[in-house]
Amino acid sequence: MEENKICYHCGLECPNDQIKINDKYFCCNGCKTVYEMLYENDLCNYYTIEETPGISQKDSVKRNLDFLEDPELLQKLIDFSDGKITTITFDIPQMHCSSCVWILENLYKFDKGVSNSEVNFLNKTLSVKFNNQETTVKKIVAQLDSLGYLPNLSLETNRDDKIKNELKRLYYKIGIAGFSFGNVMLLSFPEYLSFADIVEYEFQNTFNWLNILISLPVFLYSASEYYISAFKGLKKKIINIDVPITLGIFVLFFRSLFEISTGSGVGYLDSMTALVFLLLTGKVFQNKTYDSMNFERNYKSYFPIAVTIKKEGKETTIPVDKLEVGQRIIVKNNELIPADAILISANANIDYSFVTGESQPVEVVNGEMIFAGGKEIGGAIEVETVKEVSQSYLTQLWNSKAFDKKHESNIDITVNFVSKYFTFIILFIATSAFLYWMQIDINIAFNAFTAVLIIACPCALALSTPFTLGNTQRIFGRNKFYVKNTAVIEKLADITSIVFDKTGTLTETMKSQIKYEGKTLTSEEESIIKALVLNSSHPLSIKIAFSLQTNTRFDVGDYKEIIGEGISGTVNGKRIKVGSQSFTSSKNALNSDNNSTNVFVSIDEKEIGFFKIINVYRFGLKEIVNSLISNYKMFVLSGDNDGERENLINIFPDENTLHFKQSPHDKLNFISSLQDKHEKVLMIGDGLNDAGALVKSDVGISISEDINNFSPACDGIMDAKSFKKIKEFINFSRTSKKIIIISFIISFIYNLIGIGFAVQGLLSPVVSAVLMPISSISIVVFTTLATNLMAKKRNLL
Amino acid sequence: MSAILVLIGFSLAVALFFLGAFIWAVKSGQYDDRYTPSLRILFDDTKHQVDESRDNTDK
Repeated sequence: MEENKICYHCGLECPNDQIKINDKYFCCNGCKTVYEMLYENDLCNYYTIEETPGISQKDSVKRNLDFLEDPELLQKLIDFSDGKITTITFDIPQMHCSSCVWILENLYKFDKGVSNSEVNFLNKTLSVKFNNQETTVKKIVAQLDSLGYLPNLSLETNRDDKIKNELKRLYYKIGIAGFSFGNVMLLSFPEYLSFADIVEYEFQNTFNWLNILISLPVFLYSASEYYISAFKGLKKKIINIDVPITLGIFVLFFRSLFEISTGSGVGYLDSMTALVFLLLTGKVFQNKTYDSMNFERNYKSYFPIAVTIKKEGKETTIPVDKLEVGQRIIVKNNELIPADAILISANANIDYSFVTGESQPVEVVNGEMIFAGGKEIGGAIEVETVKEVSQSYLTQLWNSKAFDKKHESNIDITVNFVSKYFTFIILFIATSAFLYWMQIDINIAFNAFTAVLIIACPCALALSTPFTLGNTQRIFGRNKFYVKNTAVIEKLADITSIVFDKTGTLTETMKSQIKYEGKTLTSEEESIIKALVLNSSHPLSIKIAFSLQTNTRFDVGDYKEIIGEGISGTVNGKRIKVGSQSFTSSKNALNSDNNSTNVFVSIDEKEIGFFKIINVYRFGLKEIVNSLISNYKMFVLSGDNDGERENLINIFPDENTLHFKQSPHDKLNFISSLQDKHEKVLMIGDGLNDAGALVKSDVGISISEDINNFSPACDGIMDAKSFKKIKEFINFSRTSKKIIIISFIISFIYNLIGIGFAVQGLLSPVVSAVLMPISSISIVVFTTLATNLMAKKRNLL
Repeated sequence: MSAILVLIGFSLAVALFFLGAFIWAVKSGQYDDRYTPSLRILFDDTKHQVDESRDNTDK
């Protein structure tokens, strides 16, 4: 067979070489149209920055964007408007390369009303500034859509200004701490060379007071978040790691102040500024977030923001949150049903893959109930809502308590557990030293007490967690496993049970195997079937078309598509029908297997066979399960019927761990019942139907074929290709925990050496200024090297 | 020796200037997006000329 051409626009294989301009081939007319549009506007540079940068237009449908005319809705979408100039920010998840950036920033060439458009590639956002008189949001969105960059319009935005401002504040703090650290170090330098009295007293005194002045902003501003966190912890009667840090910083500062004002010494301000600077560096390192990914999505992000309703025979658009019970809504091809409703039209084809994970559409007839979250495939239908959006079957899940739980911030479990004991021990040592020296000299006693608190300030301890876990998070990210924050890694290390969703998690969504059974097809018959199914946009038709390898092309006459039934037409003089068994033949002569979805074919009213669509389990699933089963309890929750039971038993030996026909609520309850038995549960799922279980579980990981796609609220998003590495991920998170514990031991050894000096009252500022950075930096180096080394050993790097 | 005081005053002033520059950079949003500008610099710079002419007509 001749090698197929690659689409010049999107890089997909072209099914034939019919669609072309000059020497450029396209996979579909949509891609060709985009090319022509770019060509007209002299923007073909798009194709030179990156090869085949385009987004496939194969599945593109005409979208109704009339709701973007609703002023109330627009008000919620736009960032700012003064009546003349408006700015709006779109989320564009399709953005993937520099060509995308280029074309999106050249938006003004398509629409003269746009004065400026700017991309933030990591956030995958585009902010557009436009003139109200010359263009509208609707026009801009339509333009973006025609290029393949339909924005994700949602009232729930990804852009959290609070997080952004927090990050900015962290930068200010680290900048100031760095400035103070450098300058205090410089002014303290003569003191380090104290073997000779090279600095006269007046200079030394000036330097010391200058040091206080420079380190004041660090004490008052840069370190403030540690005081706040320690105070908050104490209020809840928790001694977190910030308590000993705060204690250390206060003692460092006030002892220095005391020494300098009495002229008895030079203080430890260099140590203090270095400490704060290093701690903040750790914070920046830990603060890595995947901006473009949203780990907090709820159903609102999936649902349309506006719906078309029919009122007194007229169609109008209203925002979805104003939808009331009893309203008639029009749902077009590929649109979601926003609330539980009853079908008014004759019949419909509903794809519940969002809700149940089942990818084959379900047929619904007049008067039957359609649940929210289903997607209409085929023609437009009319439905009447019977429940409010928030009270619908699926969305009720979000009223569950699991979603109320306050999203814990990024708290490191291990280090805060250790810090409780650590703080008490340090206070005990300091007091003992104080009591011992008090009998000899009150000055030495005072010195020893503060010196212990200074040297024991757990800088190295506090840095080991962020650097280990921060690095682990990065290593996971390189393997296309993105975790929400570093605390997830610690939780992942502790899990005892693993729960899988079936469809989309254990099986591959994109690939389902097509098997033909029945009378052997001649190549003419294959060509006839292919010609017919190519006319239909039904997902099953597309799958069948792809499975047929034939190059002869026939024209189809008398083509008819009956929704929920099948397609028929006349090809090469023969009458052909493809669809359900009742549609293709009256005799039902063929025996089919009820466990799979079947598509029947008849030619000239004679049934000749059927295509069987079989779920394909992920490659190597059995090996993955076998490697995990000895260490973890494993369960499968499936929304489907038990047709796949036989296949699953081959993979999961214990039949009792397989649960079928699980509703989204059942899944959530299953997780809580496991947790009641003190299991730490890892849930791996994909669709909205797993949303409750993902939130309820200790670690919820969402699997996605395309990580830029929607995924429900979860702790981590994993690229489907990385699924086979799941065991490595769990094991590596345990290794990281071990590395943290080793680095704790190292930092305790440093502390012991330092305390050895301190209790004798011998801690000089120089020793402190040397020991503090050395211990911290060696911990950082150790954790980074150790995690990298272990990752290499496990083939994760 | 007193020259040192002058020098220290001077070096502090320079350091403060850079601290100020850093804070300004953060404030003006230069740290909000640390990736896209690296792509943008590779594009042929036709955009800004047009932009400027547009801005002029707006005024």
